[in-house]
Amino acid sequence: MVSLTINGKLVRAAENEMLLAVIQRERIDIPSTCNHKAVEPFGACRLCTVEITRAEWDGWKRLVTSCLYPVEEGLIVSTHTPQVIELRKTILDLQLARSPKAPYVQDLAAQYGITRTSFEEMPDGDDCILCALCTRVCDQMGFRAISTVNRGHGKEVAPPLHQAPPDCVGCLACAQICPTNFIKYTDKGDTRTIWGKTFEMLKCEETGRPTITRAFAEYLSKHRDIPAEYFQYGDQSHREQTALTMGKIALWQRQEKA
Amino acid sequence: MSIGTPQQLEQLHHECSAARDRFQKRVIVCCGTGCLANGAAAIVGAFQKALREREINGFTVEAVKETGCHGFCEQGPLVVIEPQGTFYTRVKPKDVAGIIDKSIAENQVIETLLYKNPVTQTRIERYPDVPFFSHQQRIALRNLGKIAANDIREYVAVGGYQALAKALTTMTPDQIIKDITTSGLRGRGGAGFSTGKKWRTCASVKDERRYVICNGDEGDPGAFMDRSIMEGDPHSVLEGMMICAYAVGSQQGYIYVREEYPLAVIHLQKAIDDCEREGLLGDNILGTGFSFRIRIARGAGAFVCGESSALMKSVAGEVGEPRAKYIRSVIKGLFDKPTVLNNVETFANVPIIISNGADWYKSIGVPNSTGTKAFSLVGKVKNTGLIEVPMGITLREIIYDIGGGIINDRPFKAVQTGGPSGGCLPESKLDLQVDFDSLTAAGSMMGSGGMIVMDDRTCIVDVAKYFLEFLVSESCGKCVPCREGLYQLHRIVTRVTEGNATEEDLARAEKLSEAIVTGSLCGLGQSGANPFLSTIRYFRDEYLVHIREKRCPAGVCKPLIRYEINDKCTGCMACITACAYTAITGKKKQIHVLDQDKCTKCGACFAVCTYQAIDVI
Repeated sequence: MVSLTINGKLVRAAENEMLLAVIQRERIDIPSTCNHKAVEPFGACRLCTVEITRAEWDGWKRLVTSCLYPVEEGLIVSTHTPQVIELRKTILDLQLARSPKAPYVQDLAAQYGITRTSFEEMPDGDDCILCALCTRVCDQMGFRAISTVNRGHGKEVAPPLHQAPPDCVGCLACAQICPTNFIKYTDKGDTRTIWGKTFEMLKCEETGRPTITRAFAEYLSKHRDIPAEYFQYGDQSHREQTALTMGKIALWQRQEKA
Repeated sequence: MSIGTPQQLEQLHHECSAARDRFQKRVIVCCGTGCLANGAAAIVGAFQKALREREINGFTVEAVKETGCHGFCEQGPLVVIEPQGTFYTRVKPKDVAGIIDKSIAENQVIETLLYKNPVTQTRIERYPDVPFFSHQQRIALRNLGKIAANDIREYVAVGGYQALAKALTTMTPDQIIKDITTSGLRGRGGAGFSTGKKWRTCASVKDERRYVICNGDEGDPGAFMDRSIMEGDPHSVLEGMMICAYAVGSQQGYIYVREEYPLAVIHLQKAIDDCEREGLLGDNILGTGFSFRIRIARGAGAFVCGESSALMKSVAGEVGEPRAKYIRSVIKGLFDKPTVLNNVETFANVPIIISNGADWYKSIGVPNSTGTKAFSLVGKVKNTGLIEVPMGITLREIIYDIGGGIINDRPFKAVQTGGPSGGCLPESKLDLQVDFDSLTAAGSMMGSGGMIVMDDRTCIVDVAKYFLEFLVSESCGKCVPCREGLYQLHRIVTRVTEGNATEEDLARAEKLSEAIVTGSLCGLGQSGANPFLSTIRYFRDEYLVHIREKRCPAGVCKPLIRYEINDKCTGCMACITACAYTAITGKKKQIHVLDQDKCTKCGACFAVCTYQAIDVI
């Protein structure tokens, strides 16, 4: 364990923990758009920047990205200094110029008092804030079906060559993790379409409702040792099954007591 | 033969230098990229053809050497006759027969091929007397233009790998690091971090594997120092890396070369292959038990891949995006192992420091920036090329003594140092000492050593726009301040050049720059606002003229200028012929008329008029 001070309060944290995690545990409101528990910290949005110093630094301070900065014994952290707030404002202002119509960005910016960007709105701006959560979660799942392509201002998230991605199994992790709901998909009864690729859906033998894509089920049984029978039933049926079992147990227990 | 011991190296050295001295004269043909572009290969061919047909006083084809870049690219192709040092410029294949007949057979000098001093109009015979060379001091570039680049025997002949032998047999790793630290050598890639300290940290990390990487990415527009070294003297880079590897305890090295430098890759690979064949790379080098291998990693030419953490990701085969370096790459670098990353010029300095000693190196330059620095001097300067000067020399000496001053003797306006993220220094800074700390204090930086000279016809706002445009497209796009911030900064500066900006825009740009500098993830973004910050610092007036008066004093920003024909016009019709848009009309020997509505401001008329009859207003 290490001890550090955050906004004047002495806090304890596990070694190798990142600052942002500790700050969030302390329920300090600090924005971050590229951080998520499911993936490694990335440091792209820069919103979680905080000021750090140490007693022995003699007043010298420095700004660091809290999602990537490991906790240190004796560290003194300030999450809302004027300089930090000013930086966050500019970053949100910039994000708003890129994605002026994204409610998620609008809300965040509004929290810092920005309702309209002071920069040029991008003519071809969209809701993608390039946080790369989608590509990172796809990496994490082991598919690497999509990635960021190009660099600089022309950077975007895309499947290889902008074609239907051969490695995508339609698991929807990318769409679910996307904070701005930019990644679109359609579920139509027995098919699902995402990234221009259409998948066959498995159906629950009990309810007849679609469960997951056949490609995803096959991947999971092959690489994650999940028995194929598991996918014969959907979540709803699994829950019903559980309820039934629990009910039976309760009934037995009552009968035993009597 | 294979070189298994220091004695065998010594023996080969004698053999090679004897082979070199076999000829009374040697012909050196510069085959650096600049001279090759001007036709140096045809000159080599002409010499070879002529000498295969007839031998002159024992002078054979083998005495013609293709070397790396001499640096004086402006005057290429260059031919030097050694040992006299007779220096011929702008040589053409048809001159070759004359050079053989006169200069080689009869020791005569061909006047018309000699360099003509533009100031005194006199011809200069010898290479070291040319002002471009006489003010320089060459350490990192010591072998460039002296030895054939792709022949290990040439390198050994001039004492190559003696420093390695000295280091391996007479010094401990600790002594080497001490020597490099004492020499004061600072990283020539730009940041200027102490090389010795870097090696010391790497060596002190406990790990079985360590890597040595040479950064040959060199992405700055107009910079070609590292390229010239890799092409012209690859062995000195390898030797520097080997000494470093021994000092820090590494067994594997990588040279990261950008795809745009194919000749560098060929020459480096040849050098590596030669070393492996001779036993200078591989297991048990020189019988000392030290083992080291080097591989070339080719980059796809992304500017950001010169940044250390992005470079290492690229070497490892991933997308070249930087990471935050709260843990430095000396401790956790390539494949998460301790890694020393130095650039080409830094490594090229290492062997000679080991050979000549730390005190020798320390005595050159100024206390906090020792030694020399290579620059590529380009722009509106008479003598462009590759130069190496002692630290502490002034900008004025570089631009006027070595560079020969401004083309057409126009007024000097600014010099841009340190690449895209460096800065523009005005005339008042001409007497500034060129060293790491002075340049940084003046708001610019050493960077890798690009130096772009500008005259009064250069618009400083346009220059800022150019460099910002470069950075916007070269940013990796990972973090928001760099990707979006530089884009917006570029938009504001562009609006200034179009006459559509206000003074509030300038204030907004300054605030934005601060966020880019403090908020960006890596060095590219952190220095990305420099093109704007350094120009606004010294040339605010010029920005204000664009904004308030909607005027571009240098006559560059098209929306703010117009061309007009004055009464100096002789009616020569040159401008009428040049104008592709029929905006100029008139008859012979009558003053022409320019129709502003048709004019696209392409500047063709201005470029062809020899009578100063066209004004830019």
